Amino acid sequence: MIEKEVTIVNRLGMHVRPAASLVKLAAKFRSEFLIEKEGMEINAKSIIGVMTLSAEQGAKLLFRFDGEDEKEMAAAIIGLIERGFDEL
Amino acid sequence: MNNSAGQQERIFRGIPASPGIGVGRVFLFRKEEPLVIERAIDAGEIAAEIERLKLAVARSLKELSKIFAFAEQKLDRKQSRIFEAQMMILEDAVLFESIYGRIGKEMKNAEAIVQGEIGKYQRMMLAAKDIYTQERANDLEEVRHRIVRNLQAQRLVSKFEGSHIIVSQNLGAADTLIFSRNDVLGYITEVGGATSHMALLSRALKIPAVVGVHGILSELQPDEEVIVDGHNGIVILRPDEPSKRAYERKKQEYHRVEESLIGLRNLPAETLDGHRVQLAANVELEQELEFVKKQGADGIGLYRSETLLIGKDSFPTEDEQFRQYQLMAETAFPNKAIIRTFDIGGDKLMADSIRENNPFLGWRGIRIMLDKPEVFLDQLRAILRASVRKNVAMLFPMVSNIKEVRLTKQLIAEAKDQLRSKGIPFDDHIECGVMIEVPAAAVISDDLAREVKFVSIGTNDLIQYLLAVDRGNDIVSDLYQEFHPAVVRFLRRIIERAKQEGVWVGMCGEMAGDPLATMLLIGLGLDEFSVVPTILPEIKKIIRSVHYTECKHLAERVLAMETEDEIKSYLRTLMKQKFPDLPMQ
Repeated sequence: MIEKEVTIVNRLGMHVRPAASLVKLAAKFRSEFLIEKEGMEINAKSIIGVMTLSAEQGAKLLFRFDGEDEKEMAAAIIGLIERGFDEL
Repeated sequence: MNNSAGQQERIFRGIPASPGIGVGRVFLFRKEEPLVIERAIDAGEIAAEIERLKLAVARSLKELSKIFAFAEQKLDRKQSRIFEAQMMILEDAVLFESIYGRIGKEMKNAEAIVQGEIGKYQRMMLAAKDIYTQERANDLEEVRHRIVRNLQAQRLVSKFEGSHIIVSQNLGAADTLIFSRNDVLGYITEVGGATSHMALLSRALKIPAVVGVHGILSELQPDEEVIVDGHNGIVILRPDEPSKRAYERKKQEYHRVEESLIGLRNLPAETLDGHRVQLAANVELEQELEFVKKQGADGIGLYRSETLLIGKDSFPTEDEQFRQYQLMAETAFPNKAIIRTFDIGGDKLMADSIRENNPFLGWRGIRIMLDKPEVFLDQLRAILRASVRKNVAMLFPMVSNIKEVRLTKQLIAEAKDQLRSKGIPFDDHIECGVMIEVPAAAVISDDLAREVKFVSIGTNDLIQYLLAVDRGNDIVSDLYQEFHPAVVRFLRRIIERAKQEGVWVGMCGEMAGDPLATMLLIGLGLDEFSVVPTILPEIKKIIRSVHYTECKHLAERVLAMETEDEIKSYLRTLMKQKFPDLPMQ
């Protein structure tokens, strides 16, 4: 399992469009992907879950990847977050 | 006065969400909660119940993909993606696995489980701290209603005959779009804010809208007459004859002006005899950015960075600022984005809760920033980082002596060194300018000009300081005169002196956006006008319809006048003659 803390850099936070990009990317991998924020944990392959997180700009999230392709998945997802969901 | 039905008109005030005026009859859209009755099912019914739900979801997806296709025709890609997100919810495997699972485990009908499961997420969103997430709960509600409606095999009523103004408690993104296939004259909702999807879509669809009109639903009957004024956020129910006539006139005027201005977007702000000026936009809120390009601006002439402090009790970090400045730079590119450093104090946001007897003559603007070099350095670095595409400039408010400019330049050099040592790129030739808003700065504008690349005149403060009038003070506010001969002559002095030193001169105060002042300012030699986006096309139209030579001539005449009344009536007569179509105060 890979655990990684990330900070959301988009100015509007992880709103609808970034949430959609995240879920779409996650769907390409087989590993499980969970996000924890302030004690709440959601399945990041679920758009409705990610939307509910209400991760605003500067929010600190804990990402957990678990499965056979966890390494590749973590790299791809973290890259997307760091690029500000390609929205910056 | 009474209307034809003998009842008095009622005026409601809401939030203007999309500009324009609509006059017509009410179409009452009751967005009812679909009636969901919980029903127990047998073990033998489970598979059929899940099948029924799958069918309803498939139908919902089909509806939404039609809406999505329609959205893509009418809106830009970014806006259409609202609907893509709703489609993704319908395809959310995690969500539906848990719904199917609950149907089997709890042995209840699909409607009840869908209602319960999606409703759970909706409540979590409504409980979020930020208004953005709260508003997204509307998207979930739309999806939930759609599934339940399809489970009950009901069709949505979204077609009507004739032209109407839609009044509803709330409107979702899909409602707004779907109704627009009819002849919609306007949207009115009881709830909602200017940042909702409904507001965004109304603007994109060019349908007037007012939101947050509390209490209107209990006051009206279907088919009653109503006026929606999306410019001012006003709704008039059962308007009387004079109101109707006034608004019909306003509407026609608006359309005429709008049409004549639409072609100007891609044309330069240039006089008939080829004198080019820069016409840029003042930006405060992010929501205004969409108008910058749409209105045909030469970039952002003033970004008021202090808006980043609204609702915060500490200064935003360098990174937070950087992202905002970068957004300004990207929006303006290839034109310039001029970022004014925090102008706090005076009537604006206080940096600390220090009581001053005379805040306007106190600790504000550059004075605060020079006293807080760490805060200032954070901001300077953030602006520098946003300048990599070489289209960012910085502007310093409330400068009253040359020492302040020199100290600021030292800090800029320090900020550059800090970035350089970390290998962070920036534009080493970034342009700096000072605001001319303190009379002392106006007097030494030539000296200041030698220190910087441009100056920008802030007329609101300059006029208050020059005339010793607080315009927020009702007793003397009529002495606040934009066209006081001293103001006009002072402007000429500032512009002339600065230009002699080879720098360009801009104006970002309200006067720059006053159509009555445009010809005069051109004649005085102003190089750049920075105005609120909504007025920009009108100012451009004036610039493009006059000769520089006649403006110069006009300025000479005005400079010789002795009273504001004389100046104003001269300008008014002239403008009425030349531009009978433009609405002028």
